[in-house]
Amino acid sequence: MIVADKKPIEEIIEEIKDHEKILILGCNECVTVCEAGGKKEVGVLASALRMYFLKEGRDIKIDEVTLERQCDHEYLEEIRDVMDQYDAVVSIACGVGVQFMAEKYHDTPIYPGVNTCFLGATEKRGLWTERCQACGQCILATTGGICPVSRCAKRILNGPCGGSVRGSCEINKEIDCAWQLIIDRLKALNRLDDYETLCPLKDWSTDRAGGPRKVVREDLQQ
Amino acid sequence: MKVKTPSKLEKILAAGHLAVTSECGPPRGSDMEVIVEKANLIKDHVDAINITDNQTSVTRMCSLAACIRLKLMGLEPVLQMVTRDRNRIGLQSDILGAAAFDIFNILCLSGDHQSFGDCPTGQNVHDIDSMQLIQAVRHMRDEGKFLGGDDIKRPPQMFVGAAANPFADPFEIRVPRLAKKIAAGVEFIQTQCIYDLDKFELWMKMAGDRGLLDKVHILAGVTPFKSVGMARYMKNRVPGIEIPDEMIKRMADTPKEKQPEEGIKICIESIERLKEVEGVRGFHVMAIEWEETVPGIVEKSGLYPRPSVD
Repeated sequence: MIVADKKPIEEIIEEIKDHEKILILGCNECVTVCEAGGKKEVGVLASALRMYFLKEGRDIKIDEVTLERQCDHEYLEEIRDVMDQYDAVVSIACGVGVQFMAEKYHDTPIYPGVNTCFLGATEKRGLWTERCQACGQCILATTGGICPVSRCAKRILNGPCGGSVRGSCEINKEIDCAWQLIIDRLKALNRLDDYETLCPLKDWSTDRAGGPRKVVREDLQQ
Repeated sequence: MKVKTPSKLEKILAAGHLAVTSECGPPRGSDMEVIVEKANLIKDHVDAINITDNQTSVTRMCSLAACIRLKLMGLEPVLQMVTRDRNRIGLQSDILGAAAFDIFNILCLSGDHQSFGDCPTGQNVHDIDSMQLIQAVRHMRDEGKFLGGDDIKRPPQMFVGAAANPFADPFEIRVPRLAKKIAAGVEFIQTQCIYDLDKFELWMKMAGDRGLLDKVHILAGVTPFKSVGMARYMKNRVPGIEIPDEMIKRMADTPKEKQPEEGIKICIESIERLKEVEGVRGFHVMAIEWEETVPGIVEKSGLYPRPSVD
C-alpha cells in the first residue's frame, strides 16, 4: 500500500489560514490502513483545527467527508454537489488523491494534509516499512524476493557494499542491509550460487527517469 | 597476466614486482598546491597515487582535476570514481576526460552514503553500481564503445581496479564477491585497511582455493594509527573495519607521545607479514592526512627503491 504520515498541524494551519469554509477530505484506502488519512484521522484533524480557530476567535466552517477512494473519478464525483460550499479542501489522501482532486475541482484550492512516504507494508500497528519503489521492471525473481532498489540505501544491484555490518546498513544500525537479507534468503532457497550472477545495468527508463509513467491496457479500454 | 594498457602500475605488477600505491585526498577548496605538496611527499616511494573522489561524501575538489595535475607533474595517478554522484553519462564523460590526459588507472567504487558528508539532504545517483562501473570501463576500453553502443574515437586505456573489503559482512560472500568483480573485469584490487591479519589470510586462502589469485592483482591496504584514539574511532565508528583488541591494547599501552611511532611500527610489521601471504602483489598505503609517513613506511618495509619499468 501507499504509506503516508500526518503533516504537523502547524503546517496545515499555515496552508488554510486565509480560508473560511474548509472541507477535510479523507480516503478509505491505504491512508486509512496506515492511520494517516482515514475517517478517524479526518475527525481528529477537524476537531484540532476547530479548537485552534476558536481560540484565535475566528469563525471557520470545517466539515468532514471521507471518500471510498480519492484516486477514482467515480468517488470524487460524490462531492460535486457540495463543493461550492467550500473555499478550500485539505485532502489527507496520498499525493495521488490530492492531485486528482485538484484536477477535478479546478478552481478550488486543494491542500495536502499528509506526507506521502512510500510503498510499504505494516510490520505492526504504528510501524510501516518500505518495500517497493515502483521502478517498473521487477527484479525480485533474481534477488530472492528482497528488493535492493527500495531496501538498499545505494540501490546497489550487485551488493552488498563494504558498509554492511552484522546485518545492518552503514547509514543506520536500525536498517537491515538488504543484501544480507538477499543472501540469507538465497541460502534458505538453496540458491546461493545465484549470488555470483552479475546483475546487468538496469533500464531506469521505466523508473522516474523516464518521466511521468502510464500503464495502458487497451484490452480494458473498450 | 598480459599487459593491456600503458599503465605503469600494470607494468610493475606484470613484471612481478610488489607494487606500492598510496592516496591523497583533494582539498576542500581550489588550491591545487595542496595536492602538489602531498604528491611531492610520496612520489619517489610509490608507483601510483590514488586521488579520492569526495571521500566520506564530503564535497572536495574533483578527483579528475587533481589526477590531471599529478599527470602534468609526470606522476601516475589512479582516478577514484564513485557511482554515487554521476549517472552513466557523467561517468563515461569523466572517463573520457581522464583518458584525454592519459590517465591510465581507475578505481571503481560505489562511494560512502551521502548521509556521512556535508550534504546529507542531497540525492544520490547510483544509476549503476561499482561492479557495473568495472564492466563499463572494460567495455569502453576493450570494445571501444560507449554503453549506448556507439564507437568511441580514441577509447580510454585504463587499468581497471576496485576495492575489496574482506572484513565486511557477511564474510561468506566476501570471496564470491571478489569472484564477481573479477568476472566483471577487474584487474587490480586495493583492499580495505587490514588489521585483522588472520582473517585476511583466511580470505586470501579461500580466494586462492577458488583459483582467483591468478586472475587479479591484490594490493593489501594498510593504514598506520596516529594514536589509540584513531584506532578506537576506526574500530567503533568506521563501517567495515576490524581491529583486534590486542592491537588496540598495544596502542593504549604506549605513552601518548610514542603512539605515532608505534602505529607506524605496527604498520610495518603488518606489511612484513602480508608479504608472505600468497597472492599479495603489493601494498596500498593509506596514511590519512599523514602522507609524510609513507616514505618511512615504504623504506622500512624493504619496498624502496621502487622499480622502474618502460
